[in-house]
Amino acid sequence: MSFSNYWRAFFQKNGAALALFLIIAVGMWLFMMIILPQLFMLDFSIRANVPPPKFGTEEHYYTLEHYKYMIFGSAQSTDSFNIIDVTVFFRTIGAAIFVTLIDVALCYPIAYYLAHVATGGWSRLMVLSLIVPFWINEILRAFAFKIIFGSTGVINNFLVSIGILDQPYDFIRNDIALWAGLSYAFILLMIFPIFNAIESLDKNQIEAARDLGAPWWRIHWRIVVPHAKPGISSGCTMVFMLTAGALAAPQILGGPSSLWFTQIIYQGFNQAGNWARGSAYAIILLVSCIVLVLVMMKIAKVKFGEMMK
Amino acid sequence: MSADVKLESVWIRFGDFIAARDVNLHIKGGEFFTILGPSGCGKTTLLRAVSGFLTPSEGSVLIGGENMAGIGPNRRPTALIFQNLALFPLMTIWENITFSLEVNGVRKAQRKKRADELLELIALPGQGEKMVSELSGGQKQRVAIARALCAQPEVLLLDEPLSALDLKLRQHMRTELRSIQQQVGITFIYITHDQGEALTMSDHVAVMREGIIEQVSDGTTIYDEPDTAFVASFVGENNRFAGKVANVTDGIAQVSTPEGSIRARCSKNPDSNVKTGDDVYVFVRPESLRFVSGNSIDNQMKASVYHEEFEGNMWQVFLDISSTRKRVKMSYVNDGSIRSQSGEKDLPVGFSSDAAIVLPQGPLAAE
Repeated sequence: MSFSNYWRAFFQKNGAALALFLIIAVGMWLFMMIILPQLFMLDFSIRANVPPPKFGTEEHYYTLEHYKYMIFGSAQSTDSFNIIDVTVFFRTIGAAIFVTLIDVALCYPIAYYLAHVATGGWSRLMVLSLIVPFWINEILRAFAFKIIFGSTGVINNFLVSIGILDQPYDFIRNDIALWAGLSYAFILLMIFPIFNAIESLDKNQIEAARDLGAPWWRIHWRIVVPHAKPGISSGCTMVFMLTAGALAAPQILGGPSSLWFTQIIYQGFNQAGNWARGSAYAIILLVSCIVLVLVMMKIAKVKFGEMMK
Repeated sequence: MSADVKLESVWIRFGDFIAARDVNLHIKGGEFFTILGPSGCGKTTLLRAVSGFLTPSEGSVLIGGENMAGIGPNRRPTALIFQNLALFPLMTIWENITFSLEVNGVRKAQRKKRADELLELIALPGQGEKMVSELSGGQKQRVAIARALCAQPEVLLLDEPLSALDLKLRQHMRTELRSIQQQVGITFIYITHDQGEALTMSDHVAVMREGIIEQVSDGTTIYDEPDTAFVASFVGENNRFAGKVANVTDGIAQVSTPEGSIRARCSKNPDSNVKTGDDVYVFVRPESLRFVSGNSIDNQMKASVYHEEFEGNMWQVFLDISSTRKRVKMSYVNDGSIRSQSGEKDLPVGFSSDAAIVLPQGPLAAE
C-alpha cells in the first residue's frame, strides 16, 4: 500500500474528526514531549555554558568540551581521565545490568507460576498483591526501604534478636538497600511482559516435552524460555533503561559514597548551574543505553516487532 | 520392545465428578487398541492416567507388568501424541523429532542421523531443516508420530490425532498409522470418538460411556454383537424398537412393541440376558431391513417411503411404519434391481430374527 493510500484508508476507517485528533495527539506527543526536548538537550550539550542572556551571542559557540570533560576531566586536572565521572558511569551501567538480571531471575518464576500454575482466585489475589504496593508513591516506597534496611530497622532488629548478627549490619552503606530498592522499583515492568509471553504458550508443549523425557530445567530452557524471549527482552529493556535513569532510589537509598550517574546529571542542572554539561551527560547516558540494548537484542536474536506483541 | 498395559480397578475423580469408574482393561503387547466414546466420556482422562500426567484416585496402572504409581510421564515407557500435536514451533523438524535424544544427551551428529532415518519412515526425506510452520497438516501429523517413535516407547498413546485433518487425509492417515504400527510392532492405544477410525484400525475396541467401559472386543463383535443398548446405538446406525419381552425360547425373544410383535435373538453375553416381562430394546441395522414379498421373513410390517437418498452404490431409504408412523432407516446395495421408491405407500418391509438383537433397556448414545 502506498503512503497516500495508507492515509486515505486511515481517514476513511476512523472518520475525519477522529483521524485528525489521532494525528494531532500522537504528533504532539511525539514531537513536543519527546523529540523537541531531546533536540534542545542535544543543542545545549554541544554549546558553551553561558547564562541565558548570552544565548545566541558569539560566546554561545558550538563545542564538544562537555563531552571531552566527561572523559578527560578539566584542563587543570592532573589525571589523564575524569576518573570519578567515568567510574560512576560504568558503575551505573553495570549496576543497571545487575538489577535487570536480578529482576529476570525473580520475575520469570513468578510470571511462569501466574501464567501456568496458579488458577482463578489465587492468581488474581497474587496479581493484586503485586500491584497494590505500586499505588504508593515511588519516593515513599524508597523511604520505606530505608526504614526496613536501617540499622534499627525491621531486618536488623530481627537478625540481632535471634542471634544471627551480633550488631546491626549496615545494609545502606553496603548498597544492599539500594539493590533491593532498585530491583523492586520496576518489578512489574518485568513480570507483566514475561507473563503475557508465557501465558500464550500452549500447555501441551510443556506436557509433550515432559512426555519425551525432559526434566523441568530442560523444559524451561528449550520450550518456555525461547517462547518467552520477546517478553523477557521487552522487560529487560524497560527495567534496564529505567534503572540506569533512576534518580529517587539512588538519592534516598544510596550509601554516602555511592553516586549514581543520574545524580551527576542532576548536579549539573540543579547545583552546578551547568546545563550544558548536564545535557551532554544525559545524552551520553541515553545513547549508551540505546546502543547497549540494541547490541543485546542483536545477540539474543530478538526483533523489535516481536517485543511489541 | 512392546509392553502390555493393564488398568486394574481404576477410578478417577475430579471433585464430585467421576471421569473413570472401576475401569479394568488388559491391552496386550503389540496390539492396536482403541478406546471409543463420545466426547466427555473420560477416554482422554484414561489416556492421561496411562501416560502419567494424572494419578488415578484408586486402582493401578501397570505397563509391562510394572506398577507405574509414582513414576512421572518423563520416566514411563510411553509416548503421547497430542490432539493438537504440540510440535515445538521454535525448533526445526529434525530437532523436534530427536528431542527425546537431546534429553538423553545424544550427540548432534548421531541425532541428525536418527532424524534422517525417521524422516525416511514417515516419507518426508530431506525436510529436516524446515520449521514446523512450513509443513502441511498431514506432514505435521507424521512429524508428531516420528517424534514419538524416536523416544522408542513401548506404548504409543494417541489422543484423537486425526481429528484436525480433512476427511480424505484422515482416511489416508488411518492406513498409514496402521502400517506404521505393524512396522514398529509396539502397542498403540488410540483414543477417538470416530467409530470409523476405531473399526478400521483396531485389533480391539473398548467402548466407553460416562467413565464406564461398556464393552471390549474386536471390531466385528462390537458391531454385530453389542452387549448394551449404548454400544448398539453408538456404534454404527441402528433402528430401535422399544417393547416388553413376552417370552424367550431357544435364544429367541418374542417382544411386544407398538409396531407389533417382533422376534429377535438374545445377546450371547449372559450379562445382557433378558427374561419375560423385561423392558427391552430391539435393534435392527438399516442394512438388515429389506423390502419383502410373501411370508418369507419372521418380522414384517408395512411402511411408507418418506425420503430416499441415492449414493450410487447404496440406497438410503427413510420409512414411516404405517401403524405408528415410527421413522426407520433402510439401506441396501444398488444392484440395479430396484429403482426409486419415492412416494410409495404401505410397502411390506421386514427383517429376520437373526438380524435383530434384543438388549435390556439402558442409556443410549445421544442422537
